Amino acid sequence: MPETAMAEAPAKAAGGGNILQVRNLEAWYGESHILHGINFDVNAGEVVTLLGRNGAGKTTTLKSIMGMIGKRTGSVKFNNQDIIRASSDKIARMGVAFCPEERGIFSSLDVRENLLLPPVVRAGGLTLDQIFNLFPNLKERLNSQGTKLSGGEQQMLAIARILRTGASFLMLDEPTEGLAPVIIQQIGHTIARLKKEGFTILLVEQNFRFASTVADRYYVVEHGKIIDGFSNAELAANMDKLHTYLGV
Amino acid sequence: MQALYAQLLVGLINGSFYALLSLGLAVIFGMLNIINFAHGALYMMGAFVAYFLLNLGGISYWWALLLAPIIVGVFGMILERTMLQWLTGLDHLYGLLLTFGIALIVQGVFQNYFGSSGLPYAIPDQLKGGMNLGFMFLPIYRGWVVVFSLVICLATWFLIEKTRLGAYLRAATENPTLVRAFGINVPRMITLTYGLGVGLAALAGVLSAPINQVRPLMGADLIIVVFAVVVIGGMGSIMGSIITGFALGVIEGLTKYFYPEASNTVVFVLMVLVLLVKPTGLTGRAA
Repeated sequence: MPETAMAEAPAKAAGGGNILQVRNLEAWYGESHILHGINFDVNAGEVVTLLGRNGAGKTTTLKSIMGMIGKRTGSVKFNNQDIIRASSDKIARMGVAFCPEERGIFSSLDVRENLLLPPVVRAGGLTLDQIFNLFPNLKERLNSQGTKLSGGEQQMLAIARILRTGASFLMLDEPTEGLAPVIIQQIGHTIARLKKEGFTILLVEQNFRFASTVADRYYVVEHGKIIDGFSNAELAANMDKLHTYLGV
Repeated sequence: MQALYAQLLVGLINGSFYALLSLGLAVIFGMLNIINFAHGALYMMGAFVAYFLLNLGGISYWWALLLAPIIVGVFGMILERTMLQWLTGLDHLYGLLLTFGIALIVQGVFQNYFGSSGLPYAIPDQLKGGMNLGFMFLPIYRGWVVVFSLVICLATWFLIEKTRLGAYLRAATENPTLVRAFGINVPRMITLTYGLGVGLAALAGVLSAPINQVRPLMGADLIIVVFAVVVIGGMGSIMGSIITGFALGVIEGLTKYFYPEASNTVVFVLMVLVLLVKPTGLTGRAA
């Protein structure tokens, strides 16, 4: 992507102050109590990764922040505004974007419609040209049905469409799941580039080898709680512990 | 031969009403997942609003074409906000029962005040008379109903299939939670969609008033056939509802000419056949 490509992107990161503050976050699916008091922070311009086994509560944490879980308590502050009671459309309009694990590509929409679906909520989003520089495949497939794309292309589309919106804070749920190594590498480069341009990213990953290439800090989630946290510089020293946590 | 053409015209006119009504049902089912049994009653309300506008306010047919869908559409949106929205996520049966109850109440109230006989609604002066096409005599009002309905159906199809707003609607049909997480106010969109579907029913009611007179049970008589049309076309399919609406009107008209005894049942026979061969309807997709 040209140097200018994201020049206008997030006015976001400068300063590196606290952008997201999660305190005692609890969430329920019906009668099932999933999150039992999650606490963590994300600073502007950081890539923070939530690690954990399947069912630990990582996705529920993202969905709770995004307001997609019906019953949730605690405190979630985005740019010092408490959003725990806000509806998900309101949270999105404040500059939070979510890319779901299952990618959420709409089968009744073509690639162009999928790409243009999320409305621009703030100035500073990427233009279509900038997006096509980042993901050239999408430009060639604009008229294809969204779900006819390969898994990698669908993931690119899922990330691309939230970059248009001007959101400064991106939550990516397992963006590498089920993808070929070469595509994982491309997604990694994209995340690194977004970070360089000032986006703040909260990543959910099971693949910590991938996460280690982009993340600044890690939190480990287990049984709906954060049980550990360390920086990328401390990763090597925590490797044994991490293997135990993740069961790998 | 003239009788055949006359029946074809009647079929096209019935088809226009089927198409407009089934289109509204398809839009509502696609977005709200509700089988709107109140649709016939709302169609009847459209005709009554046109009747009131003319007789109480002196407001012409042309304004009624605009005002009745808006007034009944707003009534529909109030229904959605106060009652239907609470059914989200529940079995179809609840929506069906609630809207059936609403239909009975609305029809009962109108029947109580206006009886069962029809109230006259005059054809507007500009659409009176007819044209001799050589092979048949075409009443202008009936030709207008067919053309206007077709235009409205195609405009609705365009809105849903080819515009940004339509993309929001289609996406919200698939995954409303995610669409909302993109910053779109889905509950408001659902309310407006219900209003749109109800408005289409009311518009059909206004168009129907000069032909069929204004009667409290005019919707109840029609709605069962319209449901058969929607099932044949495929629940939730926009173009399927339009094409099937017009096609079944014509088939019904042809049956009246060739085998009148079967004209009231031919739509239901076709519905059974389609359900046996393609349970999702002619243009419907499997869930």
